Amino acid sequence: MSTLLSDDLLANIGRSSSPRQELVSRREIRKYSIATSQRQRKFLDGDEAPPMFHVALFWDVVELNQLSPDGVSIDTLLPKFPLERAMAGGLKIDYHQAIRDGDLLTATRTLTGIYEKQGSQGPLIFYEVVMEVVNEAGEPVLTEKTTRILR
Amino acid sequence: MRGARFEVIKLGDKLPERAFKPDNVQLFMYNAALWNAHRIHFDTPYATEIEGYPGLVIAGPLLGDWLNQCVVDWLGDDGVLLSIEYSNRKAAYIGETLRSVGKVLAIRPEQGEIELEVNIVNEASEVIAPGIAVAGFHTKGMS
Repeated sequence: MSTLLSDDLLANIGRSSSPRQELVSRREIRKYSIATSQRQRKFLDGDEAPPMFHVALFWDVVELNQLSPDGVSIDTLLPKFPLERAMAGGLKIDYHQAIRDGDLLTATRTLTGIYEKQGSQGPLIFYEVVMEVVNEAGEPVLTEKTTRILR
Repeated sequence: MRGARFEVIKLGDKLPERAFKPDNVQLFMYNAALWNAHRIHFDTPYATEIEGYPGLVIAGPLLGDWLNQCVVDWLGDDGVLLSIEYSNRKAAYIGETLRSVGKVLAIRPEQGEIELEVNIVNEASEVIAPGIAVAGFHTKGMS
């Protein structure tokens, strides 16, 4: 079977981004909690971050001229894929400990997989990115695996 | 050690349903909190005329957040969310009313863990974001 995935493309598997460090603030927790309609007081008051707060904490902060015309920032971890239309994606998160105001967290993203499947309307490319978040002591805080499908 | 709550959870127990009707203000605040400038979430002419969507698209991870909330609100202080896996299968738009629903799929007494099915459902009763979560009821290591 012919494949869309060249050896050059597959050679990108295992690439990691440089670690990013972010300081968690009560204000950011509160903003996220309000915007997501949280109901628990500890989240709304910013005492503890609700699950998925890390999505906001580690969303790429880029300058205006680095955004594409549709307002999206380019993910520099990803190679150019032969298919470009993004379909549904999925997320798996393992939570190891809660995130609180004042935590200094470090996230490292790794492209862990690129594979192809035959869809009903043609080939699909899947890729997986794993983000490991650790605290200042180097203890795991959470692991997030994103799977995206391109057609 | 496990709390008394674990002992009364039964297979098939339903998690409380919750309705969500996100509006422009909430969608704006969510994407602002992320620093997400994707036009499909705030620029109606762009979303409809250029991308061909019927309206402003509700951000996928916001639906994911509601799946997480469905679990942690049910758990309260009795347990912790250990893991969740979900996918965004179908888009949702401003104006729609969505619901988070869930039920107990498996009980693992030896590990003190409960597996849950959680879904975001639209008005047509379609599951647009299905998920599976695992909750732990150990007292040790609880946040």
